[in-house]
Amino acid sequence: MMDAMNMSTDTNPDSYVTDDGRTIGGVVMDLKNITLRFGGVVAIKDISFDIREGEIRAIIGPNGAGKSSMLNVISGFYKPQEGEVWFRGKKRPPMRPYQVAQQGLARTFQNIALFDGMSVLDNIMTGRLNYMKTNMLQQAIWWGKAEKEELENREKVEKVIDFLEIQHIRKTPVGRLPYGLKKRVELARALAAEPSLLLLDEPMAGMNVEEKEDMSRFILDVNDEFGTTIALIEHDMGVVMDLSDRVVVMDYGKKIGDGTPDEVRNNQDVIDAYLGVAHD
Amino acid sequence: MFYREAGDFKTSYREDNQTFPIRLDRAGYWIALIVAFLVIPFFVNDYWVNAVFAPFFIYAIAALGLNILTGYAGQVSLGTGGFMAVGAYSVYKLMVAFPDVSIVFHVLIAGGITAVVGVAFGLPSMRIKGFYLAVATLAAQFFLVWLFNKVAWFYNYSASGQINAPERTVLGVIVTGPNTEAWAKYLISLVFLVAAAWFARNLTRGMTGRKWMGIRDMDIAAEIIGVNPLMAKMSAFAVSSFLVGVSGALFFAVYLGAAEAGESFGITKSFLILFMVIIGGLGSIFGSFAGAAFMVLMPVLLKNVLVGVLGWPTALAAELEFIIVGALIVIFLILEPHGLAQLWRLTKEKLRLWPFPH
Repeated sequence: MMDAMNMSTDTNPDSYVTDDGRTIGGVVMDLKNITLRFGGVVAIKDISFDIREGEIRAIIGPNGAGKSSMLNVISGFYKPQEGEVWFRGKKRPPMRPYQVAQQGLARTFQNIALFDGMSVLDNIMTGRLNYMKTNMLQQAIWWGKAEKEELENREKVEKVIDFLEIQHIRKTPVGRLPYGLKKRVELARALAAEPSLLLLDEPMAGMNVEEKEDMSRFILDVNDEFGTTIALIEHDMGVVMDLSDRVVVMDYGKKIGDGTPDEVRNNQDVIDAYLGVAHD
Repeated sequence: MFYREAGDFKTSYREDNQTFPIRLDRAGYWIALIVAFLVIPFFVNDYWVNAVFAPFFIYAIAALGLNILTGYAGQVSLGTGGFMAVGAYSVYKLMVAFPDVSIVFHVLIAGGITAVVGVAFGLPSMRIKGFYLAVATLAAQFFLVWLFNKVAWFYNYSASGQINAPERTVLGVIVTGPNTEAWAKYLISLVFLVAAAWFARNLTRGMTGRKWMGIRDMDIAAEIIGVNPLMAKMSAFAVSSFLVGVSGALFFAVYLGAAEAGESFGITKSFLILFMVIIGGLGSIFGSFAGAAFMVLMPVLLKNVLVGVLGWPTALAAELEFIIVGALIVIFLILEPHGLAQLWRLTKEKLRLWPFPH
């Protein structure tokens, strides 16, 4: 059974169509034998998995399993001691996080990382920064190129605002917003970048049932309407099993399961990790 | 009752984006500009220009510069006085070396030189933040003043160690030197101030400003969404130092006429401009104006009241002035830590509802 689950998708690069009619393409991000150490602590131990175009890929595991570290490796924040990151069929050289962002990756954080002193609109506009090409002199003069570019990007941002239903707080400083809305604004900022791979670190942490439902709907809609590939970390098993196409399970820095939600649910190692196992 | 958005419909993002979204504000802005350019120049005399307008305008440019660095990009600097000195000595050397080139260019190039120096002293900001960066910029302050005092080439080996602004004209009007008319002094400072404010406003409302504010509010998040922290910080140092350099050039060439590095551009100048920015409001263009106005006008006002109205001796009034201005700063900061700009913002919010309570 483990063999079937770990069957690498590399051998099957052809796209397929899911039950709900979405097309899942080839591999976008391929992580090969990643090992990450902090001094003597091994946070990630020789993990390999891939993310395919158009899918929702979940990373789950108990606390301290190394999920967030994994996301930080993908977004370029941590540099793994061993292993390779392949993005769009090319090996990624060591990069600063802002260079990774320029390649088309966007992410949200477990504990919201918005710019508190700026309005919602300005926060989301920052997501457009890889699309704005005018130089500082043009911006200082404003008339002409800079203004035109600003307005074009504003229109794109307004679409995201409409999509996430946050029109009413457009001009509110982010610091004044409640938690659930902040999470939504952070998603909006990531979406404004029109990423080819969107990383969500616990998008539903600390939310009530209603907010979770809203957020789930947005995640599904983003994936469905824009075809955005999404990798997410989440603790709510119900949500994970409902949303994702494939799930990676981590425990103590190791991969203990990988496959569709049903496969993972019936994996004995995963059950042991979550429920504990008797030591005899 | 008239101060509100109601009925002023915005039908494009361009209109929604404008600096003054409320009609009354827009009217006020244009009226202020017209009065400043077309009315005041005909009435100003030497006293008003030298005591009020010239220092207010020139300090406001420096405050705009420091506000970009500290208020928008979140990098504390105590080197403002030193950077003003760079602007002043650059413009002096340029004026002497190229007497045929217009002083407008000299001032702009002096700003450019200051920008380069500012970036050089801003490099430590890559590694250090907050108070530690403040100490590093303090080194710039002391080093630059020492340099201009020590190396005689900077003051053209003059016996007094001072630099004196030679007479220069713009469009045939004398703007520097002892023979400058009050209105010319006023106008040239005003033109530079309006240009600087326009420049600063456009930069801060666009993507450059958002990058700066991103770095200020959460540098890690900014980097994750694609802001290059090195470029963002260095551009803030460059733009800020440019404006501070222009301010220093005007301060020497137009306002003072003669300067000596330690006396005119010492550490007290750095603090004075930092106070302007903090009292005016960090991260606000209006705040830079308000802070400069407060720090320049309050002592003048107090002096006039104490000496002119109450008839107290000048020496006593001078001492009291320090005490009262100091107390006012403390009171203001306790009442409104976010400065005059926030006070103004709150007033506007109240005004929009007035006369209704909700």
